[in-house]
Amino acid sequence: MKAVRSLVLVSNDPDSVARGAQEVYRRIQEEVKAFGLQDEVAVTMVADIGRHDAVPMVMVYPEAVVYGPIRPDDVKTLVEEHLYKGRIAPGLMAPTRELTGRIAWLSARKGTLPAEQRIVLERAGVIDPEDIEDYIAHEGYVALGKALTEMQPADVIEEIARSGLRGRGGAGFPTGTKMKMVAREQHPKKYVICNADESEPGTFKDRLILEGDPHSIIEAMVLAAYAVGADEGFVYVRGEYVLAQARLKKAIAQAEEMGFLGQDIFGSGFNFKLHIHSGAGAYVCGEETALIESIEGKRGEPRPRPPYPTQVGLWGKPTLVNNVETLANLPPIIRNGASWFKQFGTPNSTGTKVYTILGNVNMTGLVEVPMGITLREVISIYAKGMRDGRTFKLAQTGGSSGSIIPAALQDTPMDFDSYAKAGVSLGSGALLICDEDTCVVDLAKVLMNFFRSESCGRCGPCRIGTERAHQILDAMSQGVGKLSDLNDLEMLANGLNQFSNCGLGQTAAVPIRDMLRHFRAEVEAHIKLKVCPAGACAMSGIAGRH
Amino acid sequence: MSVETTEVEGIEPAVVHPPRHAWSEEEVRAAVQAAIARRAGAASDPLQMREELIPILSDINQTLGYLPPEAFVEVGKQLRMPVSQLFSVASFYQMLSTKPRGRHVVQFCESAPCHVVGGRQVWAALQEALKLGPGETSPDGKWTLQTTSCIGICAVGPVLIVDADIYGNVTPAQVTEILAKYR
Repeated sequence: MKAVRSLVLVSNDPDSVARGAQEVYRRIQEEVKAFGLQDEVAVTMVADIGRHDAVPMVMVYPEAVVYGPIRPDDVKTLVEEHLYKGRIAPGLMAPTRELTGRIAWLSARKGTLPAEQRIVLERAGVIDPEDIEDYIAHEGYVALGKALTEMQPADVIEEIARSGLRGRGGAGFPTGTKMKMVAREQHPKKYVICNADESEPGTFKDRLILEGDPHSIIEAMVLAAYAVGADEGFVYVRGEYVLAQARLKKAIAQAEEMGFLGQDIFGSGFNFKLHIHSGAGAYVCGEETALIESIEGKRGEPRPRPPYPTQVGLWGKPTLVNNVETLANLPPIIRNGASWFKQFGTPNSTGTKVYTILGNVNMTGLVEVPMGITLREVISIYAKGMRDGRTFKLAQTGGSSGSIIPAALQDTPMDFDSYAKAGVSLGSGALLICDEDTCVVDLAKVLMNFFRSESCGRCGPCRIGTERAHQILDAMSQGVGKLSDLNDLEMLANGLNQFSNCGLGQTAAVPIRDMLRHFRAEVEAHIKLKVCPAGACAMSGIAGRH
Repeated sequence: MSVETTEVEGIEPAVVHPPRHAWSEEEVRAAVQAAIARRAGAASDPLQMREELIPILSDINQTLGYLPPEAFVEVGKQLRMPVSQLFSVASFYQMLSTKPRGRHVVQFCESAPCHVVGGRQVWAALQEALKLGPGETSPDGKWTLQTTSCIGICAVGPVLIVDADIYGNVTPAQVTEILAKYR
């Protein structure tokens, strides 16, 4: 993809085509040429633009303005105004009703240049993370003060529930509901745990929150503890995050000194003690019950569920476990209210999401944007296009257990519901963007190698299934795969999904499933022709050689 | 610019390279006792010392470079836990080593984000330069080569870690140059 100034998308669904989308597309290309803009503007047709009330539609990036319905006669004005003179043509814009999908974040951007919408990372890189006074000067501990002095625990939960916040660790469970489940347990001792065992490959958002704004997590944990009635909490930080641990430790000491942690916080009679627990290198400990086992000093092997940690958690007590990014949303919601939060994102996936952008793109890094933007937007706007002008082939979302998304799905809005409908997992927010040099078999093999080494080994379906799947993929990548292997892989994928004890095994086969669904021809080329179309696999003819 | 690039300086991995291989029984015992003493106040309940087991083992691992069998015996005596259970816990976690390692531990990230941006070639160059396979230690005790799962600095992959130093955006050509810094 070469770097262009503007990207124009024309809707190409059957409805749009029936109403003249092809003609609009042709006219746009003509007009772009007529104004001499062909080197600065790229024009593409896309199958699904996310809404159908004003087709044919034309979207122009980076401003993300939606025009529609566009008749061929409108094209000249559109190109002249928007692409040539650089101003939005309001008369042609699509009505702003039914804000879903990508349209939803227009309100946040107000038709201006692309910007991030930072909620959980609002202070990261802005304040000194080792100075509590800097945090306080930036509205720090305001939400806690408000909650402890003006709100009942039930009010706090209600506000979170109304905000529509869903867990950012991958599963997307409604946070307010989880809090209610812990709050209604009648037990004198409860715990809250922050899951900072961020080990999903390609994800480092939690590290940046902990390193850049550790007090926001402390404030959020006291809030959560107050809401559910807990008086003790743990932050489980993975062992590799040494700097994050050091900053958090310092922040806890400062907060204790200032009275935001400890006895009688804000004179409300509420007490809370916060500990840090360091992991020791185990991916599976990101699973909440394995994490609890690990805090108890055992092997991090997931427990059978139910009972869920909300009833029987740490030391058998009701326990609230939340991801770092989820928690970081709590103080802003309490401070600004649920309605404020709901203006970001889509109706069913409110707020923002932090994505880590990786792979064969010009700009890797991390961005926080409203939920519901698309992969195409991420690649063309935030990642500045594919590296060396290559072609986008596939994206692997959400870390190892996430989906492999072919280029054809890059216009699906990234929110929980749209992705669930497309059979895709949003996961932890890692976006690994791959070009045509990436072989899907090779990629699946690397992912399966990860699972076979990170499987805790307790239950057979996962221990044996991941190992066997890796053997098969390895044989394919060496050119000694058999056609019957494809059936075996499908059987293994089903077995892993249905019979594994925990999320690790249940999702381990997602990449295989997606590989067979979207890239079957490429897989079969490895077997029938003994050729790796991408040229990535060794094809040595000997299984077991790496 | 809206995209923030991860900075790599300032992040220290927890791996502290072992100063040497053989430890006397007294030295092991001293390391164990010091580790337990450091965590004694942290346990919220003296009966729940088990909660501190992983931090204690990590502490000993840092001091000695790995967990020798004598360390398990000593920890078992102090915490009144069977050695089998201690070994079971220690062998589960990647950052706890039950085998002696070389003076320098080289870790290479083998997760997908590093793999697709050229990690495969760097891994081949690394094995070639050290003449070692994954998990092996050189006969002279200088190097141990390990693969690791993602350590969360994927924006600058492929990532290579030697002892406490992290190298990002590594190319195959840089491998020998990086290794030459360590004696």
